[in-house]
Amino acid sequence: MSKTTQAPKALRGVGNYIDDRFHLAKTGEKNLRKVFPNHWSFMLGEIALYSFIILLITGVFLTLWFKPSMLEVVYDGSYESMQGVPMSEAFASTLYIDFDVRGGFLMRQIHHWAALIFVAALVIHMLRVFFTGAFRKPREINWLIGVAIFVLAMVEGLFGYSLPDDLPSGMGVRILQGVMLAIPLVGTYISMFLFGGEFPGEDIITRLYVLHVLLIPALLLGLIVAHFMILWHQKHTQYPGVGKTDKTVVGTPMFPAFAVKAGGFFFFTFAVIAGLSAFVQINPVHLFGPFAPTSITSGLQPDWYMGFMEGSLRIFPNWFDFQIAGYPIMTAVLVPGLVIPGLIFGGLALWPFIEQWITGDKRARNVADRPRNAPVRTGVGVAGIVFYGVLWMAGSNDVLSETFSIDLYLTTYIFRVLAIAGPILGFVIAKRICLGLQRRDRETLEQGYESGTIRQLPSGEFIEMHKESSAETVEVLSSKRDPSSTALAEEDVDPSGVENPEARKGMGKLRRALAHWYTKDNVTVRDVEPHSGHHLHHSHDHTSQEGPEEGKDGH
Amino acid sequence: MTENNNNDKNEAGHEKPERVVGTPSASAEERVVSEPTAENESGHAGPFEPSETHLRSEEQQRRGDKMASAWFIVATLAGIAFIASYFVFPPNASGEPAIASPQIAQYSNMLLGGTLTLAMFGIGAGMTVWARNVMPHYEVHSPYDELPSDDQEKGSFSEFFMKGADESGFTKRPLMRRTLIASMIPLGIAPVVLLRDLGPLPRDMMHHTPWENGRRMYVEGTHRALRAEDLENDPNGMISALPAIDDERYPHGISLNDQAKSVILLIKIPEDDWKDGMNQPVSEGSDETHLNWTYNGIVAYSKICTHVGCPAALYERTTHRILCPCHQSTFDATDAAKVVFGPAHRGLPQLPIGVDDEGYLISTGDFNEPTGPTFWEYQGGGGS
Repeated sequence: MSKTTQAPKALRGVGNYIDDRFHLAKTGEKNLRKVFPNHWSFMLGEIALYSFIILLITGVFLTLWFKPSMLEVVYDGSYESMQGVPMSEAFASTLYIDFDVRGGFLMRQIHHWAALIFVAALVIHMLRVFFTGAFRKPREINWLIGVAIFVLAMVEGLFGYSLPDDLPSGMGVRILQGVMLAIPLVGTYISMFLFGGEFPGEDIITRLYVLHVLLIPALLLGLIVAHFMILWHQKHTQYPGVGKTDKTVVGTPMFPAFAVKAGGFFFFTFAVIAGLSAFVQINPVHLFGPFAPTSITSGLQPDWYMGFMEGSLRIFPNWFDFQIAGYPIMTAVLVPGLVIPGLIFGGLALWPFIEQWITGDKRARNVADRPRNAPVRTGVGVAGIVFYGVLWMAGSNDVLSETFSIDLYLTTYIFRVLAIAGPILGFVIAKRICLGLQRRDRETLEQGYESGTIRQLPSGEFIEMHKESSAETVEVLSSKRDPSSTALAEEDVDPSGVENPEARKGMGKLRRALAHWYTKDNVTVRDVEPHSGHHLHHSHDHTSQEGPEEGKDGH
Repeated sequence: MTENNNNDKNEAGHEKPERVVGTPSASAEERVVSEPTAENESGHAGPFEPSETHLRSEEQQRRGDKMASAWFIVATLAGIAFIASYFVFPPNASGEPAIASPQIAQYSNMLLGGTLTLAMFGIGAGMTVWARNVMPHYEVHSPYDELPSDDQEKGSFSEFFMKGADESGFTKRPLMRRTLIASMIPLGIAPVVLLRDLGPLPRDMMHHTPWENGRRMYVEGTHRALRAEDLENDPNGMISALPAIDDERYPHGISLNDQAKSVILLIKIPEDDWKDGMNQPVSEGSDETHLNWTYNGIVAYSKICTHVGCPAALYERTTHRILCPCHQSTFDATDAAKVVFGPAHRGLPQLPIGVDDEGYLISTGDFNEPTGPTFWEYQGGGGS
């Protein structure tokens, strides 16, 4: 090995200058040595982070020309098809960005694509965290921050979508206002205050603009920084494997490797978003035309992350609407507009605490679960995905009806049934699959893996050879913990014959019932000695030790 | 972070330590740099344990070096091409391929976006090749921190904090403490008060529209006043209309607020198709029926859906159904626009119509109910 390169003079100079003032050498080294576990699924959050950075950069570019004004002007700009059309200055300046600013079209498309990918990446990242139980102690607070980022990202996206003041965007604002008006007692006041009077008024774009470019991004930035600092402080979770425990993290150090990998990944993310923006048109506002409260086109679709709201507004019937002394309670608007998002986001926020309450698990968990090893949690997650997915699909029921020539009203009925039956089915099927996989894991642990080699025994019987799994596989499979709950461990009657008062109370009963539900189905591996199975026939070739499933690592 | 604490890059270059002129602690700094190198054993000069560092073969490194460099060259060229393509299409120069035309704008977009993509991809690919082929693969072990502080640390902190609180007088002088808290309350409410002027109170604003007795109607988007014959020539037809107002302050002649609440659908219904609902009063206690408010088979309903406010713009001629394309609330035009499907809470409000002396269609009053999304006070407030 060659001798260590001496630090370049200039770099040393800068380093010393800073260290003389901040005393950072020790802290700096500690942080550059920070270890990040390897797995492809740990890159999902990175995509969200990088998309957010792209959003900040392109967003600043757009503000240089965008005019957040609803003053009505008659367009006389470069884009011929719109000349002479009355429109807001907001829409006119958007056309200016598209047709008079070089690269403006691209930046606007990058901004929009990055927004879609930002929310998508953070949702998938969140699902990864959910299904692997990475939200467990000590990371519950970071999970809550994540949920807040998700909610803010949606609102931020909706407001950004509204700014160009084109036809679909204005209709989005109209729907938002319609939902607001449905709020009992104060709805009309909220709407009047937000819009500065009746819809559409002359203030809403200006107000949404300042929320979109200042307030919400500042909140998002703060939360994202907090999210990242907590991650940095607590260190990332890891999947089970040799040497990977709740006490020790194994992975790539920040310097030199992780920084370069992450940097490269930033450029990949940017490349994908730029590529989409170059070749896949998004939100062509110049074709939609300016917003008019009296016009609409059919087949209107919001950005994907608002689809579940749109879908629930479409399929929730007015059967439960009622009036109190002449004042309407519009469940058909309130449930989709407030209750369903409340259920989804509230459920997400509460789940770590619910699960902890059920299991009584108070230990710090740094090794993530394999989803199959927490079948009830996985089932609940799948049920949530199905529910969200059905609502999301229902948001395009008119397009589906048109594409597949199904009666429009029939699609509504189908989605109503699916929204209830789908999650239940999803739960049952996902849980069954998990248990099936657990069974296979147990078999693999006991018998090694199926080598694909068939052998005939002297008796004439054919058997398939099983080979020993790699040490990594054995470690992963045998690391499974059985789901347990302290609620079930606490005995109903203590040795002196006194009944446990907790177990008799309603909450205690509920907790025990939930604990039973959470833990009852399980395929344990605790009694399994690896490769002890009687069907295991060692291959003559003992050099082959690689497991079939677990590669070294996946980056 | 600072870059001076650990320099272990295996790059060719300065073999001899050089003095940094002008930095006061240069000599101290050199010691820091040389120490970690001295500690390493067995010829492994890397920053991490040899057992945690899986070096790539020299052959693989050499290949990676070339490959990464090739990608970086691609990225450089693409970056130059990006800058060049900025100047290929000027914004609005006559006779040239200006981006003011959507087609050219799209070419410009593809060229700029394509080169940008390639430049970004090249850098990403180069860095990835570098990390995967030139750099070692690391499997570094590091402890997770013990999370709760130990009892002694906690106890010490708690004691320190309470001693400080006591000594400051905060715990022992309730008068001061309580008055401080009390002084915060009005300031906490102040921002809410300051936001009062965000908008007017609703009062009965939403109960009134520009429609009034004798108001003619324009076909939406034009300044052409409608006559009854316009619909009679088109049986089963539907026309979207606005009150005839020519206010010079607005390019449309009428503000968007007024458009949003007063736009109507005029529909001609064959006489036999009316349903029973048309014979009911237009509002509770009223003498007028829905049918009284039509003129010669023409009925006028608000075009704005009572669900969340999209224009209910689709009209099925055969079934006389009005459909909102947003959430598919469906209203029966022959039956006082009652809801027949979907999430809307109430039917579409109806506008009383007639004709004036010159045969132009007019409204004879305002809607029977507030138009637009249904809101809490829609039946109360100013009334109609």
